[in-house]
Amino acid sequence: MRITCPLCGERDRREFYYYGADDYLRRPGEGAAPEAWDSYLHLRDNPAGITRDLWHHEMGCSAWLVVERSTITHEIRSVKLVSDVQEGGK
Amino acid sequence: MRYSGLRVIREGLFGNKGWRPAWREPEPKAEYDVVIIGGGGHGLSTAYYLAKNHGITNVAVLEKGYLGGGNVGRNTTIVRANYFLQGNSEFYSHSLKLWEGLEAELNYNVMHSQRGLINLFHSDGQRDAFVRRGNSMVNQGDDAILLDREGVREHLPYLDFEQTRFPIYGGLYHPRGGTARHDAVAWGYARGADSRGVDLIQNCEVTGIDIEHGRVRGVQTSRGPIRAKKVAMIVAGRSGQVAAMAGMRLPVESHILQAFVTEGLKPCIDHVISFGMGHFYISQSDKGGLVFGGDLDFYASYAQRGNLPMVEHVMEAGMTLMPMIGRAKVLRSWGGIMDMTPDGSPIIDKTPVEGLFLDCGWNYGGFKAVPASGWCMAHLVATGESHAVARRFTLDRFATGHLLDEEGTGSQHNLH
Ligand SMILES: Cc1cc2nc3c(=O)[nH]c(=O)nc-3n(C[C@H](O)[C@H](O)[C@H](O)COP(=O)(O)OP(=O)(O)OC[C@H]3O[C@@H](n4cnc5c(N)ncnc54)[C@H](O)[C@@H]3O)c2cc1C
Ligand SMILES: [Zn+2]
Repeated sequence: MRITCPLCGERDRREFYYYGADDYLRRPGEGAAPEAWDSYLHLRDNPAGITRDLWHHEMGCSAWLVVERSTITHEIRSVKLVSDVQEGGK
Repeated sequence: MRYSGLRVIREGLFGNKGWRPAWREPEPKAEYDVVIIGGGGHGLSTAYYLAKNHGITNVAVLEKGYLGGGNVGRNTTIVRANYFLQGNSEFYSHSLKLWEGLEAELNYNVMHSQRGLINLFHSDGQRDAFVRRGNSMVNQGDDAILLDREGVREHLPYLDFEQTRFPIYGGLYHPRGGTARHDAVAWGYARGADSRGVDLIQNCEVTGIDIEHGRVRGVQTSRGPIRAKKVAMIVAGRSGQVAAMAGMRLPVESHILQAFVTEGLKPCIDHVISFGMGHFYISQSDKGGLVFGGDLDFYASYAQRGNLPMVEHVMEAGMTLMPMIGRAKVLRSWGGIMDMTPDGSPIIDKTPVEGLFLDCGWNYGGFKAVPASGWCMAHLVATGESHAVARRFTLDRFATGHLLDEEGTGSQHNLH
């Protein structure tokens, strides 16, 4: 599996750290209900098909990436910088 | 048909013409008291104990492929009871006791071999943690012996003790740990359930769960609708999809775990060896193949095959630990889909839907759990109450914060 970092180009999977589904981008606000935290930390759609997950280009530029990927074939559809996709991103 | 040594001799003398299929191939009925989704180890053992312990025999096990085609036939067969946390400890202890009587119970040779498991440690801190774990195992009534370096050397003289990265300080020895023949466990439970009247229905994929007014009514399948008073979802890596049919979102992410086997060799590795620091473990099958594996590939996946980086990592760790295996040829590698929970512990519980039950979250340790999971799940489905040794495996523990994080690695699915 190779991932094309928008900043560094195509790199081996070994350079990246997988964090989990992009649910982690939707952190509940202060004072959110416990259910919101449960959902944020634990509950997952876990699709057999296209997923969007977070990877860290740990041994490269250190950018956080949203990778759109098939969990069935491991094909990678797109890679974007978290800072570009996050609502209200800087 | 009872199996025995005499029977084998008799059949041998008469051309092996007397053997019969180990289970029937029934057509699905229109309705059952209990429908079990998933014909893996846990689904089959649940069916068996529903019939055996609770007299509930109007049961169907619906399997989308063939019995034993999932993880129960893909694992590296380690059976142990060396858990630390209360909640896990008593459950796996119960499971190991069931294993110890399983062959007589099922009249089936599951080749359970208590060859002893040794977990290596490589620092003073790790030794202290293992002392604590060992004490907790002994308190539970199981067996644990702390070995120093020379103690390990007596059992495993072929390890590289002086390796520079992780010199071996000693090991925690669990003599009752070992292995079993994975397929045979599925087949043994299948045969036992079938002979008590359970319908095992293969090539039958569940495609929907019927719910009316908050109560389960049955399932839709590739072989038509089947009504049921109770439904148990026991589909391991596929739990997310099946629970979604009931409108549920689970604390589960499915990951890939790979394993490897070499050509058959003469007996050389007598134990199960676990080299946690290197992410490597190994045992030798009765056929002679070295069976080994390591960690997850670390990304969510439903492909039953992994990528090369983990293959390389596992081989490197193996070579670091025991250079003697370097000449063995790897015959096959494969992968299975693991239902990873954020605390690494399983779920055996009711769901918000009346009559719908859930058994999942086995991570990569669910083979040893097959007997106790079936035992406790059958208890839950039959009585509506959690079994005493599975009380902590609740679905809401994530919301309430009562996590069972055996490895203390935090609430991320792939860290367990
Ligand atoms: C490489 C590897 C090594 C492992 N090593 C060990 C080990 O050493 N020790 C240990 O204790 N554990 C180990 N495990 C973990 C263990 O194998 C699993 O936790 C356990 O087998 C899961 O439970 P199961 O047997 O019921 O799963 P499975 O056998 O996967 O059963 C689930 C069944 O559900 C069926 N199913 C799914 N969806 C549907 C549907 N919609 N309709 C009908 N049927 C459906 C599937 O086809 C499958 O047969 C390992 C796993 C792997 C992959
Ligand atoms: Zn980069």
